[in-house]
Amino acid sequence: MSSIDIPSGPYSHSGASIPRTMGLVLVALLPSTIFGFVVFGWPAIFLFLTTVLTAMAAEALSLKMSGKPIAPFLFDGSGILTGWLLAMTLPPWSPWWIGAVGSVVAIMLAKHAFGGLGQNVFNPAMVARTVLLISFPIQMTQFLGPQPIFGADAPGLLQGLGITFGGHPEIDALTSASLLGSIKTQLGQGEVLQQILSREFDLKSMAIGLAPGSMGETSALLALVGGLFLLVTRVISWHIPVAMAGAMIVLSGLFHAMDPGQYASPLVHLVSGTFVFAAFFIATDYVTAPGTPVGKLIFGAGVGTLTFVIRSWAAYPEGVAFAILLMNSTVPLIDTYIKPRIYGRTRKGDPIQYKDAEQGDAG
Amino acid sequence: MKLFKIKGGVHPKGRKELAAEKPIAPIPLPSLLRIPLQQHIGAPATAIVEKGDLVKKGQLLAVSRGAVSAAIHAPTSGKIIAIGRFIAPHASGLPAPTITLRPDGKDEWADIPPPLDPFACEPEEIATRVAASGIVGMGGATFPSAVKLNLRNRNALHTLVINAAECEPYLTCDDRLMQERTAEVLDGVAIICHALGVSKAIVAIEKNKPQAYEALKTDVKTQSRFDIQIVQVPTRYPMGSEKHLVQALTGKETPARALTADIGIVVHNVATAHAIQQAVRHGRPLISRVVTVSGEMMSQRGNFEVPIGTPISHLIEQCGGFIGEPDRLLLGGPMMGQPVSSQRAPIVKGVNGVLALGKKETPARQSMPCIRCTSCVSACPCGLVPYEMAARIRADDLEGAVEIGLLDCIACGSCAFVCPATIPLVQYFNFAKGSLTAKQRVAHKQEETKRLIQIRDARMEKIKREKQEAMARMKAEREAKKRQKELEEAAKAAQEDGQSEDCSEEQARAKA
Repeated sequence: MSSIDIPSGPYSHSGASIPRTMGLVLVALLPSTIFGFVVFGWPAIFLFLTTVLTAMAAEALSLKMSGKPIAPFLFDGSGILTGWLLAMTLPPWSPWWIGAVGSVVAIMLAKHAFGGLGQNVFNPAMVARTVLLISFPIQMTQFLGPQPIFGADAPGLLQGLGITFGGHPEIDALTSASLLGSIKTQLGQGEVLQQILSREFDLKSMAIGLAPGSMGETSALLALVGGLFLLVTRVISWHIPVAMAGAMIVLSGLFHAMDPGQYASPLVHLVSGTFVFAAFFIATDYVTAPGTPVGKLIFGAGVGTLTFVIRSWAAYPEGVAFAILLMNSTVPLIDTYIKPRIYGRTRKGDPIQYKDAEQGDAG
Repeated sequence: MKLFKIKGGVHPKGRKELAAEKPIAPIPLPSLLRIPLQQHIGAPATAIVEKGDLVKKGQLLAVSRGAVSAAIHAPTSGKIIAIGRFIAPHASGLPAPTITLRPDGKDEWADIPPPLDPFACEPEEIATRVAASGIVGMGGATFPSAVKLNLRNRNALHTLVINAAECEPYLTCDDRLMQERTAEVLDGVAIICHALGVSKAIVAIEKNKPQAYEALKTDVKTQSRFDIQIVQVPTRYPMGSEKHLVQALTGKETPARALTADIGIVVHNVATAHAIQQAVRHGRPLISRVVTVSGEMMSQRGNFEVPIGTPISHLIEQCGGFIGEPDRLLLGGPMMGQPVSSQRAPIVKGVNGVLALGKKETPARQSMPCIRCTSCVSACPCGLVPYEMAARIRADDLEGAVEIGLLDCIACGSCAFVCPATIPLVQYFNFAKGSLTAKQRVAHKQEETKRLIQIRDARMEKIKREKQEAMARMKAEREAKKRQKELEEAAKAAQEDGQSEDCSEEQARAKA
């Protein structure tokens, strides 16, 4: 932050600001968020509030500790966005402390320990999600099917409070694995993929989001709607989502064609887990993605590839978070080697030379 | 005509409607004119008048000095009351050599050079006339125009591009000029074609000036000497950057560190074309120019024919002063213009606008940290990575910034315009460029000093050696003389002993 009077122009400005950009991302998140609230009911709302408020509190505390002015940074929208994104990736009926611990990890360790806004190497929400997954594997995999907020079986307001803050044990009875989780388990038990899918996969409900999963990630369609909004408002460019989906489609298509009994089709991969959500909202995080269009393509393709590799052959059923973190670590390298071509120069950086003599030097 | 894409660029609010409909109007003469000796790139002119001299309108006040310089003329008749230093129209507000003229109100013309028939005379004559008229690039760069006309001696040229893009927001002076003095402008284009020895010219106008485009388009039909095309280019800043304009028109990039002339194209501003026409057809030197006065804080906005040297304050007074305290008072456009340090500073040849911007029009002064949103990368028309250059400059790694293209930056400000963190990127780049120049100067000075010391040492060494040699030689000579003397004496003695023997001996040798 500086407010020194700067003599250099331009003395005109597009009106873009960090709060405006972050605000647009929040708007884009609304469809997925509201859908998550409706489908998973009161406990989801409480978890969401806890996560976001803790994130804001952690932001304020970090700013105070690092001696930065609180007001402009606390309301720049980045802290609330981190908390919001993290909440979207949590199992909706998780206890409150999952959200709280996650927010503290995201804001204090992943963001402010690196120097605050714009300085972090890794995506804070993904760091928090990964820390939570490894530290609390049970809570972090307790997904459950839709429990519409005003449905007959859904928990009421008080019951919802109990689930989020009281640690109700009955939640175990309701939980089920996510699709990717059960594919992994049952493939491990020697079943063939087609059988598992015919039993558990329903494209329509997966795409709409009526399947077990995290609070805001289950609906690939609504994530797509939000993502298209971000593209239209030019908050993000197409490079990362397209490269990510492209790499995933090519790889999973290739392996699916070779062995459909082992490898799920591109469609299954795209609609399950957090793929679409992450492609638009997480991988496109400015701070932790490369700075050039070509760099973004490489980064996106890397995330897509690693996600497929982790989903297919690693111990975890879902790999997007790991893939993004791994690719985050390559960003400085990508940015060192991938630069746009400078006007009047070749890719190598030498001045352009025209061969035709007619254009050349006459004197 | 097929146009080509240029990279990056931004779409600032044009705001040209504030002054676009106002015809060019004259303003009354101020009580004093302050005429700086340097209103152009290159060496300042040398004054040839003295305090107390009476001068006439158009009379030469200062002659150009060196290859890149421009002459200065009296904007009106009057008395030279001072030649000294006065506040320059520059952000620093530092004083610069200036001639002060008190108008006598008669506005009497001096004996100006006779009209030239441009197409009957040699190209050199036109260039000479343009140089004598003190014409410089009027788009803001203020490069002496005659030097550009003489590029035909250096490069094989094929096309003249007339830059009428006027891509800076607010400014409408070129727009008005094209609408009101259409024939003169086109005549000027033809004159430059002849001076450069090219047959083809393209006048490029941004799409936001349809009236000027139509006016030129209609008038160009009466002109058949050269192939002049009037072309609309997209309204996108910085379309008026000459290398980018050439690329948009021809698809060719000017190689780094080269001139557009190296690819056969010379670019002149449209107001320059008008000034050249005036100089050639009427012998009038460049003593006034059209200036746009605009901005939210200006009571009256418009386009004015302003004598060079008019104090900015006088122009503002003629426009009814400010509505409120302007947040920024600028010379030029809001993208690349300069803040005015003092309203007493004069209007010079390169000033195309005086803008009084209100708080609503200017960006926030507070900046946030970079979030690497890469808007600047998309906006940069030069293919640079502004956020990284700024980061390196912040870390005092100026060479690192140069490595990734700092010197290819044209300081257009597109990056800072789109930056959501309102980081003053151009300020970083200007600072770094300035520091590097200063460093180079110091390094150059050190090298020069070293070189001079070495030369001096060598000279001293040589002198010492020569002295020693001279002494040795003198000693040797002395000794040789001494020996010779001895020998001579010995020979004398011997001669006296037997002269005849010697002679016979010599005769015998000669025979053999």
